[in-house]
Amino acid sequence: MNPSRLTRASLVLALAIPFAVHAQVTSDRLLHATNEPQNWLLYSGSYASQRYSLLKQIDPANAKNLELKWVFQAQSLQKFETTPLVVDGIMYLTQSPNDVVAVDAKSGRAFWIYHYATSPAARPCCGIVNRGLAILGDTLFMATVDAHLVAIDAKDGHAVWNVKLAEASAGYAATMAPLVVKGKVIVGVAGGEFGVRGFISAFDAETGKQAWKFDTIPDPDQPGHDSWRGADWEHGGGAVWMTGSYDPELNLTYWGTGNPGPDFNAEQRQGDNLYSDSVLALDPDTGKMKWYFQFSPHDPYDYDSVQVPVLANADWQGSPRKLMYWGNRNGFFYVLDRGTGKFLAGKPFVKVNWASGLDANGRPITTPQPPGSPTYPGIQGGTNWYSPSYSPSTGLFYLSTWEDYGTIFEGVKAEYKEGTRFTGGANTSPVPGAENPAGTRTGPINAYTEAMAHGGVVAIDPTTGDKKWKFEEHDVNTSGILTTASDLLFVGGREGYFQALNARTGALLWKQNLGGEIIAGPISFEVDGKQYVTIASGNSLFAFGLRE
Amino acid sequence: MRSRRSSFRVPLLLCAMVCLVCTLRGTAARAQGQDRAPEYFPADIQYGAQIFASQCTACHGTSGDLIPGVNFRAGVFKRVVSDNDLRATITNGVPGTEMRPFAFGPAELTEIVSYLRNMSSPDASGGVMGDAARGQAIFAGAGNCASCHAVNGKGPRVAPDLGDIGTLRTAELLHRTLTDPAGSMLPVNRPVRAVTKDGKVISGRRLNEDSYTVQLIDENEHLVSLTKSDLRDFAVLKTTTMPPYKDKFNAQEFADLEAYLLSLKGVK
Repeated sequence: MNPSRLTRASLVLALAIPFAVHAQVTSDRLLHATNEPQNWLLYSGSYASQRYSLLKQIDPANAKNLELKWVFQAQSLQKFETTPLVVDGIMYLTQSPNDVVAVDAKSGRAFWIYHYATSPAARPCCGIVNRGLAILGDTLFMATVDAHLVAIDAKDGHAVWNVKLAEASAGYAATMAPLVVKGKVIVGVAGGEFGVRGFISAFDAETGKQAWKFDTIPDPDQPGHDSWRGADWEHGGGAVWMTGSYDPELNLTYWGTGNPGPDFNAEQRQGDNLYSDSVLALDPDTGKMKWYFQFSPHDPYDYDSVQVPVLANADWQGSPRKLMYWGNRNGFFYVLDRGTGKFLAGKPFVKVNWASGLDANGRPITTPQPPGSPTYPGIQGGTNWYSPSYSPSTGLFYLSTWEDYGTIFEGVKAEYKEGTRFTGGANTSPVPGAENPAGTRTGPINAYTEAMAHGGVVAIDPTTGDKKWKFEEHDVNTSGILTTASDLLFVGGREGYFQALNARTGALLWKQNLGGEIIAGPISFEVDGKQYVTIASGNSLFAFGLRE
Repeated sequence: MRSRRSSFRVPLLLCAMVCLVCTLRGTAARAQGQDRAPEYFPADIQYGAQIFASQCTACHGTSGDLIPGVNFRAGVFKRVVSDNDLRATITNGVPGTEMRPFAFGPAELTEIVSYLRNMSSPDASGGVMGDAARGQAIFAGAGNCASCHAVNGKGPRVAPDLGDIGTLRTAELLHRTLTDPAGSMLPVNRPVRAVTKDGKVISGRRLNEDSYTVQLIDENEHLVSLTKSDLRDFAVLKTTTMPPYKDKFNAQEFADLEAYLLSLKGVK
């Protein structure tokens, strides 16, 4: 092509793309997602899942000037747990039960809506919810509450393929945002309250053909099966309902697993019950497990370890090391070597009495409480699935907490019947006559007082496990967290406030009452040179930016 | 599992094959005013038979006469009088009986009703029965439909993806769009042309519009949102690049193409 032709061709191309650079989301873009702070390409912002944005336009000095830019109202009254993706000015979000909506990230106006007709057989334990999407090329991927995985054209909202993960009628569901790694869509299944046998599975992004499947509860031919007795493993749980992380240098994905089944009656499932309540390091090409670490062996408290694995490269005792930070539902904060799974340190971040501490290998030294006495933390944990954040700028790990929160557990023998609850017990509040704080807000009156639990945002120094600061809240906190390179921290909570804190000190810089429970993670992105922060609250998604 | 899409961005056949929401409403209104539709289309009957065979015969039998007091072939029902009664019974079920609710879309309900009304003689409508395989060949070949329409993500996005058009449109509506695309275009899908204040021209297919903004997919298949106050000119076109097929296909070819389009029920 001669220069003049090239010039004409360039001109035509320039005219054809009037406002933004539109390009497919390649695997390379996903690998370097943090280099595109104007976008939010993965559920957790990057493969390291730090939920840390390099954007700095909004900073501690001007955060007080944040104002509402637009609102997207979901056509659903279910819990709104979505974390959107943003790709070159287009936002993709999910609304219950399994709709995908493409909106203009600058105005919130919709381009298209994809409606997925969920099966009436779906029976997710804890709400008809969906937490988000994955993208590769021009295709979005969504897991559904009736345990399917659907590929959707990102340009016109039309389904491209649809595969069944498992039987919804047996209690299988899928609520997490999938993780795309090297052309494969990796997803896990929920259903830990129905005695399912959990698994993680990968599918070819182009065709939907299954590439591999890893059962989180090993069968008699697999390592780890000797942690079970008899046939207990068959309904052993180990569901996987939160998005994993990925280290491209180690070529390992990391996934948290849920409770063993039945949840509360550990007597009827002797042994450590591998690989429940664990983190698994899986090869994304083959699904082979390289290592595992079990946080809560033989768990009778429903301490799911489905938190998002946060990856950081930092000094550990004077040497650079590939680390994994984990704020667990069981009340301990852990530091692991993510190359080997070796336990490096662990310390409680809330009141804990189910264990007196962790031994040299990270195994809890259990201290079961007498019958009728409360166990701390309670059934919802010291934290739960709410996405934490790690700021390389401050070097701190941040998570939302349930403080001084206990539950009286009682195990009862459970009979397995497919598709029905298989929890094996009861859990009650230690305050006589008071309701046990639920996993979600049940109305505008805050009935969960300081006598039952309270919440907060905690900043932990990963090098010591000590709290650097704590932001107190009256109600427990169900929000994900975002930090930015300007040392801001954005967090919501069950009370409905969306807040900007100083990430170094925890000082409140700005707050806005959005009215509805915040049970999702904030994100940040930039369009036309302006930074936005969005959060789902109640049944709407709110976008904020600086006053002009 | 089937998918459906919202009315404001629902695709229609070809750029211009649209306006069917209006015609849908017309059909519904007509049906409400009388017991039976004035006409049952062969392709609807054909697909209704397939649905009946897979969903209904276990209880009703292949002849539709296994339930006491009900004989579809003979037109004997316990409580059904009108086509809308049939739709309601299928959708809601009959409490206290084995007849459970079925979650069929409007197009499928029309197909089942069309078949039930013609069980005694499925070809009594006098129309031509289509062949979906031949219709697929027309879609890709003589009709040139695939030059604008994708099916389940395979193909261009100039016009709406037709992968689930068979759950959204009846044979009647498909036929109307094929023969008069400009007149049948769904308004939201009309082509738009915008000129920015600095002279850039953006053309594409409208997806959404409000008082202040418009959303479209442009000719390069990019999603674009425009603020009207930033535009020098904005026009919604009444024309379409989809050609009318009225004089291009014979009755058999129409029946084949419509049979193929009705077979597109989305990815499962």
